[in-house]
Amino acid sequence: MLTHSAKRVEIIIEAPMEGRLTDALQAAGVTGFTVLPVLGGSGRSGQWSREGQVGRAGMVAVICLIRPERLDALLEAAFRVVERHIGVVSITDTQVLRAERF
Amino acid sequence: MGDILSLAGQNLLTPMILSFVLGLAAALARSELSVPEAAAKMMSLYLLFAIGFKGGVAVAGHGVDAHLLTAMAGGVALSFLLPFAAFGLLRGMTGLSVVDAAAVAAHYGSISIVTFVTATSVLASQGIASEGFMVAVAAAMEAPAIVSALWLVARSGAGVRMDARLWHEILLNGSIVLLIGSFVIGAVTGDAGMARIEPMVVTAFQGILCLFLLDMGLVAGRGLRASRGGLGVGVVAFGVVMPVVGAAAGLAVALLVGLSPGGTALMMTLAASASYIAVPAAMRVALPEANPSVSLTLALGITFPFNLTFGIPAYVAVAQAIGG
Repeated sequence: MLTHSAKRVEIIIEAPMEGRLTDALQAAGVTGFTVLPVLGGSGRSGQWSREGQVGRAGMVAVICLIRPERLDALLEAAFRVVERHIGVVSITDTQVLRAERF
Repeated sequence: MGDILSLAGQNLLTPMILSFVLGLAAALARSELSVPEAAAKMMSLYLLFAIGFKGGVAVAGHGVDAHLLTAMAGGVALSFLLPFAAFGLLRGMTGLSVVDAAAVAAHYGSISIVTFVTATSVLASQGIASEGFMVAVAAAMEAPAIVSALWLVARSGAGVRMDARLWHEILLNGSIVLLIGSFVIGAVTGDAGMARIEPMVVTAFQGILCLFLLDMGLVAGRGLRASRGGLGVGVVAFGVVMPVVGAAAGLAVALLVGLSPGGTALMMTLAASASYIAVPAAMRVALPEANPSVSLTLALGITFPFNLTFGIPAYVAVAQAIGG
């Protein structure tokens, strides 16, 4: 099976910032992403869990798969939103099957 | 004083408070008991709808009058001013930074709708009438505190991220829309509407409130466990002192506006409570440098249990002693 190199960017960010991040990504031309709920975790601000949350609390994971040459534009757009916020941005090399979709 | 203690004792032995204590104890004992996020949200929607609808039905008979408007103005003024008192106390009693103190102050100027719901339930169980429009006062008190807290931070020169989108999210957050919307539905449909859905909004109310308070106890217990005593004596003391200061301010406003003893107890409860739904999300956007665990642990782990167990019975007793 023919595969193609791509970048997988995972941004874990506070739920109230989700809309701002996805808007910034779309404005930067990144129209494909997946948003996943995060069950809980622990970090510099302490432990937290999604169970029993009643407001727009907690964290979400925004995952983008893109061609390597588009990485910088995505990171610049994302950084402007997440710079001051709690969260994690990670980038990994990955392979995709249908390169024209990314 | 004897009356207050007796009322507090009675209030402690209600299914609602004991459900909260169960959740708190279970979380502190590291039990695996949990309420799924979706179930907690559903119960929250139910409670907001029921309390809004009942408030609307209560005002259906006499409509919007000057009394309602002055009570709302009083509530808004309280929400604007309480963050300044909270900020001053925090800066004097604790070592919190300006940004953290302002974020906590915003929580204490705003209100906890679950504390309000519990207070209405306590009043109903004791047969004490209150103004139905207090639901609208509660909704109006959600947002002004955010403005005061952001002004306190901006004055210190720290960065504040505040834009039209955030205002939209604050003013049209789900809790406010549902509370006001169900209030309007109740006011429009009146007693005829109530007759149609009474089994849902009245009969089931206290049982669902028990389950919701069980969840709140679990969340509060987890927060306390996670903080592991890291809040400091001054911060914990603030969590008990500030509701008393807020209640005193609420009492003054209620007397000025001329509320009934039940309405006075509710105004005191609103002013004494701290937000943990609307304000935390707004603070995460506007003041991302503030530590969210300080505000949430204080509001949910210290002030909420204090109001539930001792605060509300005391506010009801004081309101009755002065106005009754």
